[in-house]
Amino acid sequence: MERSSEQTRARGVEAISLDKIAVRLIGIKYPWWRLVVGACVVVLAAIFACTQGSVDIPFMAVVKILVSRLPGIAPASELPSTWDTILWQLRIPRVVLAAIVGGALAMSGAAYQGLFKNPLADPYLIGVASGAGLAATIVLLTGIPLVVLGISVLPIAAFAGGIGAVAAAYSIARSSQGTPLTTLILAGVAISSLAGAVSSLLMIRSDPDLRPVLSWLLGSFISAEWNESGIALLYLIPSLGVILGFARVLNVLQFSEEHAVALGVNVEKVKLILIGMATLATATAVSFSGLIGFVGLVAPHIVRLVWGVDYRFILPMSGLVGATFLVLADLIARTAVSPAELPVGIVTAFCGAPFFLYILRRRRVRGI
Amino acid sequence: MNGHIDSLPAEDSDIQVRDVWASYGERNVLSGIRLDVERGSFVALAGPNGVGKSTLLRLVSGVIKPTRGSITVSGLDVSTLSPRERARLVSVVPQDPELPQGAPAIEVVLTGRNPHLGLLSWEGHTDVQIAVEAMRLTYTEDLIERPVDELSGGERQRVAIAIALAQQTPIILLDEPTANLDLAYQPAIMELMRNLVSSGKTILAAVHDLTLASQFCDEVALMCGGTSLTTGPPEVTLTEENIRTVYGAEVRIIEHPETGKPVIVNSWR
Repeated sequence: MERSSEQTRARGVEAISLDKIAVRLIGIKYPWWRLVVGACVVVLAAIFACTQGSVDIPFMAVVKILVSRLPGIAPASELPSTWDTILWQLRIPRVVLAAIVGGALAMSGAAYQGLFKNPLADPYLIGVASGAGLAATIVLLTGIPLVVLGISVLPIAAFAGGIGAVAAAYSIARSSQGTPLTTLILAGVAISSLAGAVSSLLMIRSDPDLRPVLSWLLGSFISAEWNESGIALLYLIPSLGVILGFARVLNVLQFSEEHAVALGVNVEKVKLILIGMATLATATAVSFSGLIGFVGLVAPHIVRLVWGVDYRFILPMSGLVGATFLVLADLIARTAVSPAELPVGIVTAFCGAPFFLYILRRRRVRGI
Repeated sequence: MNGHIDSLPAEDSDIQVRDVWASYGERNVLSGIRLDVERGSFVALAGPNGVGKSTLLRLVSGVIKPTRGSITVSGLDVSTLSPRERARLVSVVPQDPELPQGAPAIEVVLTGRNPHLGLLSWEGHTDVQIAVEAMRLTYTEDLIERPVDELSGGERQRVAIAIALAQQTPIILLDEPTANLDLAYQPAIMELMRNLVSSGKTILAAVHDLTLASQFCDEVALMCGGTSLTTGPPEVTLTEENIRTVYGAEVRIIEHPETGKPVIVNSWR
């Protein structure tokens, strides 16, 4: 009698502790609310960015103008129509593209860090940046017309250059035994230096006005248009969607490669898919904005330091953090030295590096 | 040296290695290896360093492919199975497992459920129950919330075994499960293996310590030069002569005062 009641009690304890464990597991109780809060922060940052510029537009006016575009709502006719034009023609397309590029770079960065198990991995690790940079340099310096048949050549060239460099690195690293990640990184680094050297050579040999090249290499949203966001999303939604789909498998890849195989992961296939998708996303982002550093490195680290190691959360949250970060960085880029503009890549490094160092420092003090 | 195991009827063996050759690049590691592991038995794979014990385990788990020969697990040809199918039959506990940093032990053990989950499906309450049970069996239930990078070597080893248990495979392979462990942990891990075998698992483990293998394993497969295996109960395989042939070492075999099993000591003369 006594023994059976003891057993019941033991089972009761067991059930409670199981429930307690379960609610702390991301696979069982996913913290959606954090992503919702993150998405709200992106929207607030974007609206705030829209209020700032050569003409200041009040926050509520921006909201009203945005809402007025919804079907069935009367246009905000009491507000100056120039505001509507400034917002819809200039600021909103720019802010939207910055958010999309920031999100894409941060998510690809998180995917690379997970895949390579390397905290230094960023979306440019295996050569996208230098390949795209070389292609852009060639287009900008060799007098190839910037617009052919109404299509601007620069993004297409940058996209092709970025994908080409990674494909070269991948095919060099690949052997019958698989694709060792260290070899892939080394091949990427070598191809990067080669492409960088060719770019530098082209710059030295060309006429002295290097500003367009430099401004592209440091990234900018100065000419952002609505259709760019549309084209970008066309590539980003499938590629980032696939990466998100592999989020749980990325957790398993944190084991050694052999252990991941023993846990039922087709490691070679997953590697190829993730490298392909992350490269596609990065090349898309780069082709519209130039080379913006630091977002892809910092955003995933911030998420990991604050919210833990599960890629099912790291990936989407990195996207939101990256989007917010780049929207605000671009705001600084276009307002800090107004009416001139800073390349946004300079701003991301200026703000990102100290913030990142602070986070690292704080983490060490807390001894996690 | 001939293994007596050749006579064993095939349907009773959970792992069958048939005339398997394997090489890394140009270097041949295994040539014509044959091994049968009976269902529900604990078999130790022994032999000098570099003889190909780990290679044999990697072949059985399907991480590498043989250049010749065939391997079947639970009656299925390993080369025809997908990684997922394989991981539902065979689990592996690597030597000195590299566990994901910063994750609590329970999350790490839950990754053992991976072969049972689809790409887009996440672990549910049943999986948590299975993982907790696996941690209970490996005496790691107190570590559930601890980040795995804070664990000691012995605790990490047991968590790695819990992952394999969460995979719920009939076969478990271990590569040197007692290497890098304290004296007290070594028999504890072997005892744990013994319990798993009596609950119906089939275990093949590369074991360095012959005395330890002799106390706990049903059979010891002694590997010689990547070409042949002598398999049988410890009393049969662990003889002074066999060890001289395989290791080139002079040893004396004495009887363990409690178990009566062979104890291997160095000969000083």
